[in-house]
Amino acid sequence: MNDTLGALVLLPLGGAVLAALLPRHGPWVGIVTAAATLALALTTAAAVYRSGPRHLELAGWGAPLGIDLRADGLSAAMLALTAVVGVATTVYATGSDAASGRPLFWPLWLALWSGLNAVYVSGDLFNTYVALELVGLSAVALVALGGRDAYPPALRYLFVAVLGSLAYLLGVALVYAEAGTLDIVEAGERLDGATTAVTALTATALAVMALGLALKTALFPLHAWLPQAHAAAPSAVSAILSALVVKASLFVLVRVWFVVFGGAATPGAAQLLGILGTVAVVWGAVLALRQPRLKPIVAYSTVAQVGYLFLLFPLATPGLGEAAGTTAAQAAYAGWTGALGLALAHGLAKAAMFMAAGTLALAHGSDRLTDLRGAATRMPMSTLTFGLAGASLAGLPPTFGFVGKWQLLQASLISGQWWWLPVLLVGGLLTAAYTVRVLGATVNPPDAELAPLAPVPRRMEWAALSMAALAVMLGVSSSGLLGLLGVGAPVGGGP
Amino acid sequence: MNLTDLPGLNYVPVLLLMTSLVPGVLIFFLRDEQVRLRTVLNVSGAVAKVGLVVVLVPPIVAGRSLEWRSPFLPGIDLVLRVEQLSLLFLGLSALLWLATTVYAIGYLEGSPGRSRFFGFFSLCVTATVGIALAGNLVTFVIFYEFLTLATFPLVAHRGTPQAIAGARTYLVYTLSGGIVLLAGVAWLTHLVGPVEFTAGGAQQLAHLATTEPRLAQAVFVLLIAGLAVKAALIPVHGWLPRAMVAPAPVSALLHAVAVVKAGVFGIVRVVHHTYGVEVADTLGVLLPLAVLAAATIIFGSTLALFQDDLKRRLAYSTVSQVSYVTLGIAVVGVVSTTGGIVHLVHQGLMKITLFFCAGLFAETLGLHKVSELRGVGRRMPVTAAAFTVGALGMIGLPPVAGFVSKWQLGLGGIEAGHPWIVAVLLTSSLLNAAYFLPIVYRLWFLDPGESPPWEGVRTTARRLEAPPSLLLPAVAAALFALLAGLLAEMPYSPLEVARKIAERSYLGL
Repeated sequence: MNDTLGALVLLPLGGAVLAALLPRHGPWVGIVTAAATLALALTTAAAVYRSGPRHLELAGWGAPLGIDLRADGLSAAMLALTAVVGVATTVYATGSDAASGRPLFWPLWLALWSGLNAVYVSGDLFNTYVALELVGLSAVALVALGGRDAYPPALRYLFVAVLGSLAYLLGVALVYAEAGTLDIVEAGERLDGATTAVTALTATALAVMALGLALKTALFPLHAWLPQAHAAAPSAVSAILSALVVKASLFVLVRVWFVVFGGAATPGAAQLLGILGTVAVVWGAVLALRQPRLKPIVAYSTVAQVGYLFLLFPLATPGLGEAAGTTAAQAAYAGWTGALGLALAHGLAKAAMFMAAGTLALAHGSDRLTDLRGAATRMPMSTLTFGLAGASLAGLPPTFGFVGKWQLLQASLISGQWWWLPVLLVGGLLTAAYTVRVLGATVNPPDAELAPLAPVPRRMEWAALSMAALAVMLGVSSSGLLGLLGVGAPVGGGP
Repeated sequence: MNLTDLPGLNYVPVLLLMTSLVPGVLIFFLRDEQVRLRTVLNVSGAVAKVGLVVVLVPPIVAGRSLEWRSPFLPGIDLVLRVEQLSLLFLGLSALLWLATTVYAIGYLEGSPGRSRFFGFFSLCVTATVGIALAGNLVTFVIFYEFLTLATFPLVAHRGTPQAIAGARTYLVYTLSGGIVLLAGVAWLTHLVGPVEFTAGGAQQLAHLATTEPRLAQAVFVLLIAGLAVKAALIPVHGWLPRAMVAPAPVSALLHAVAVVKAGVFGIVRVVHHTYGVEVADTLGVLLPLAVLAAATIIFGSTLALFQDDLKRRLAYSTVSQVSYVTLGIAVVGVVSTTGGIVHLVHQGLMKITLFFCAGLFAETLGLHKVSELRGVGRRMPVTAAAFTVGALGMIGLPPVAGFVSKWQLGLGGIEAGHPWIVAVLLTSSLLNAAYFLPIVYRLWFLDPGESPPWEGVRTTARRLEAPPSLLLPAVAAALFALLAGLLAEMPYSPLEVARKIAERSYLGL
């Protein structure tokens, strides 16, 4: 069963090579690879849920020589999210050249997928760096598939990705200097054991790593690159970037923050991340409300939603190392499952939203809101998808987004950090506001004259709707998923 | 107390949800032209629900209950329970859903976007059923918000700028209310753990009220403030008249069963089944609620006087009438509580009659204003008669159902030592008469004149005054409103069930 961890990285990588060699069969290679990877990811998630975190030493070398792969509940959940969204976007991308940017799309996307999986299963800090670079570079190339207009944002994205990775790499070097190991768990133990007081070196390492990773995750005020890049990319790519790629750097930040630097993470720094996240929620939503075009609205929505995920740090950090059953541990556990549950919900809903935006733009020949009149009657499925996804992003029951929000509310109440309540409650209204703005633009009076629509393959609309439906349905059956996120979690002292 | 004879019986609450959820979802995937299939789905779902409810009436009224639960959030279950109060609301919604479905099929014949309309229409009913069945606060919140989402597209259905503006106002109000409610529920859950609805109030709340009365009051205010938006209590009633741009069947459903009722039903649940009326009384939160309800009653009736648009007049009348329920449950005493709870049903029956009739006037003769209704009784006698029954009931004249409610409320007020409630009821009834009797008078006793406004309007109906799919639901609803009043003392009447619910609420007193 352990072998699935290695296969999860190698399979999409093999697919990428094959797709590069057989450019005319890209879609088929993509679909077969996606299906097989989905099966692997779900098996892995089931195994982790049943029998706890997995650990694999490739070729039996072991740390510090060999490559260690690890998967806890969070890794498993992210692998599963990536695979589910991956299959949907793969199906979606086969529908139209404009939405994917064929033929280079296939090798790049599969390489990106391989990189994402590598991030989630990597057991040491340097391999994580390599995986992040693979993700970053293929993501930049994918954005560039959007054509000439996409080159400047892609170039900007390249600078950001490289800068972020370099900052991270600097941190890795500092950790190595301090702890003498790159293994995530071992480094965590040594940093914890060696320091009663946090050394300046450790603090610097944490700071540069957090800075680099926050830049890659587009945390306010380091977000300016994201809306342009995500809006300029082909729609399938936008979905992948917003739903999956920003989660990879967040995942690494969570690992680094809670596992490697567990003892060094100060409450003040955690509060700062939470405050920046709060500003992001408001700022992203306000800008989303001002955009005249659909894809930038969805892209700014990502800036806002990423803000919520950073509430993890203030809510879960105080519970690090607390015994199970204490108030601090309970709050941290609720914060952990809440914020990371929101990350999963956002992945599904945002993929649905970008795919729906893509089909609407494709059919209407433009994504200006003023050109979308009549979509509610003529493309009800895409409009419904957009609405459902918006409801999940706004955290309205019965969607999965609501479950995440509820957990965060409980975490704030239990830990006494009441100041996060307003952003949790009111942020949803802002999300609803820009969703309704879009929906309002799609309706039309019965007598309106409308321009003809370009045909859109049905499977593209189905792929989008399936993600939105999943975001809703997981809401009423979320206990298993929250339990999975808790497997091997660094806070809560076990569920 | 549970019916445990058959293991499958506990899935009945889920089945009740499915009777509208499944048709709703299927209908979304139909084309507009697939009229027959859509109608079959709609009507069979509605009939199945009525059938289920009818079968459930005897055992549930006898005091048994059915419960289905499944883990949802950590430590919190999703609970669906059929007991007496949920049955009462369920029965109302099942019956009126059937009537409104028939009405809507006729009303929307040939118009665009019907699959979307009926899809959301069924989801809206699903949400209402969920609200009726919710067995704890979190489940209630889920369906309460789901209702907001499902009704928004219905209000915006026509796609005109006014429709979109109305729908947006509706959404701003209801989502804000939902947030306040969610804050209250999250806080309460944090304080005392998940709260199950219990007749007479939950134990945890009684404990909280003695140890932390201030907190208990604060949470009560949050919960009621959140619910007040849908219940259209002043000052957060503003969305209701503006949501009138919706098609007539939607207005009918919104005012009689779905949105407004969800709000007051929630207030019943909070006062009687969460806090318990006794605990709420000692906290001193009931009198302010009663005063607010009384103010809303007078305010709504007064504004209704000045509306010439028939649907707007009915909308303000709803603001007023729905607050009777709140008034009844905010006054301590079995009689008053019975009056409040039974008015949930009675107001629904009467108000849906009035909206059906307003839709009939608008659809068949193109009349939207009160001032245009001169002599319409000669052209549409059946519709005018149904309207008259509804209007007289609203005023509170026997033997229509409204009289029974007002009688109970008045008696209850005196019993509880609040004679001012009788004054409020009398004032309101006078105002009701002042805005309803002129309409009735116009309909029957004024001459339409040489050239009535509907001259030249052609109807599709041959023998009847209007298409039967529109006329029959209106007549049926009027009959039900009449029967609920006439047979109020018969077993299984709404009044009897409401009395049982009220008595159980006071078992501890």
